[in-house]
Amino acid sequence: MEFLEEANYQLKEIQTLQGHTDRVWSLAWDPSTGRDGVPPILASCSGDKTVRIWERNLSTRSWDCKAVLDETHTRTVRSCAWSPSGKLLATASFDATTAIWENTGGDYECVSTLEGHENEVKSVAWNASGSLLATCSRDKSVWIWEVMPGNEFECVSVLQGHAQDVKMVQWHPTMDVLFSCSYDNTIKVWWADDMDSDNWQCVQTIGESNNGHTSTVWALSFNANGDKMVSCSDDLTLKIWEADIKRMQSGDGYAPWRHLCTLSGYHDRTIFSVHWSREGIIASGAADDAVRLFVESKEALIDGPSYKMLLKKEKAHDMDVNSVQWSPGECPLLASTSDDGTIKIWELASTL
Amino acid sequence: MVSGLINANPTVYGKKERRVRSFIGNADEYAVEPIDQQEIFDHVRDIKDPEHPYSLEELKVITEDAIEVDDEHSYVRVTFTPTVEHCSMATVIGLCLRVKLMRSLPSRYKVDIRVAPGTHATEAAVNKQLNDKERVAAALENPNLVDMVDECLAPTYG
Repeated sequence: MEFLEEANYQLKEIQTLQGHTDRVWSLAWDPSTGRDGVPPILASCSGDKTVRIWERNLSTRSWDCKAVLDETHTRTVRSCAWSPSGKLLATASFDATTAIWENTGGDYECVSTLEGHENEVKSVAWNASGSLLATCSRDKSVWIWEVMPGNEFECVSVLQGHAQDVKMVQWHPTMDVLFSCSYDNTIKVWWADDMDSDNWQCVQTIGESNNGHTSTVWALSFNANGDKMVSCSDDLTLKIWEADIKRMQSGDGYAPWRHLCTLSGYHDRTIFSVHWSREGIIASGAADDAVRLFVESKEALIDGPSYKMLLKKEKAHDMDVNSVQWSPGECPLLASTSDDGTIKIWELASTL
Repeated sequence: MVSGLINANPTVYGKKERRVRSFIGNADEYAVEPIDQQEIFDHVRDIKDPEHPYSLEELKVITEDAIEVDDEHSYVRVTFTPTVEHCSMATVIGLCLRVKLMRSLPSRYKVDIRVAPGTHATEAAVNKQLNDKERVAAALENPNLVDMVDECLAPTYG
């Protein structure tokens, strides 16, 4: 997809979803919805200790809250993630647990609670096949859980290495390689040499000494091919990284991620969230209440790829933007969550 | 448990005279009056020190000059000065300042809280923690910490 003139695009608000009674930390689109006549569904989680499930009514086009998942977590729900099939939803909470919910035709039942972290769980993520789950915590550790039959989850690895609070875990979109980002300013890459073994270890630490961030790394996201990654930080920059994934996929061992470029000067306050769409648009959500979109620029290929800002939506929310996520499906929608207690659904529209 | 005070004999300073904010005649009662330095200072001056029966103003942890405010851009920066360089109460004091301003200011405000440069041994670490809203949110779900903060913010003192 080619993006020509910046002025030709706008983010059009479709709807504001209200219902949470505290800040909304995060959201996740159900990857099994939004195409083939299946209405899109998303989950949002909040400081009000609940998770809400929202569905778009295909005839009225309006988003409605279909379920409120409460009375399980006793503190803030920080993060949520759907399994690839959309059958299970995992929710990570400051109450030190991760809950697994099963979707039984629109009803959500808590079928498992994962315990073990010493304190707040900050993030949860499924691998591409849905066989592994990762969680991370303020206790500085990252845990890998194997999904067993009968909604059983077995901890197969406890990964130590971060010096501080771990903010986010994210799996590579095609390979079983795990990424974690932290308050210690680094991104760590975790890899099991023999793919059948549980011998997970840190194979790369991306820090300040190798062009990494100089403050808390809050989030990261991959492009469609999985050969590029973008990270965002309290240091007010986005950084783009690249790796030779063909080498990794052919079994030649680990290929490290290299710094490609740094997008600085665009953000005024902490960048909490970044998400790369399959069409190649990077969205960022920041503490200055704005949502920004970036695309690769075709102009400066001599010095390697560069990225330009496609648009900035000032005052996207009344308060900090905590999360931005593109939807799956043919016509991607952007959803954002905020300290103002709302979720907004946006459409990228051409002004021509 | 009996434990020694971190700063057993702090210097106590006089309080600043309270000024009455002036209202000009019969100006439009719906006119929006911008929030200024003095108003912010009034919100935080009477916060009680976590270990002494004195206010942050009396210990010169907070002065009016250390408050920067830009009402047009909804921005406030409060710089506080711990009484001693190794004050382990610095994060609690900072948390009290943040909570008080969170409760007093309109939600459009962005608030940065920091330790005055060169006044604390672990200045960078304290600043980073106080401005990580996720850690602040988690701290404010800790009943012991909330009790401590509420005690410092109790209106009985001042």
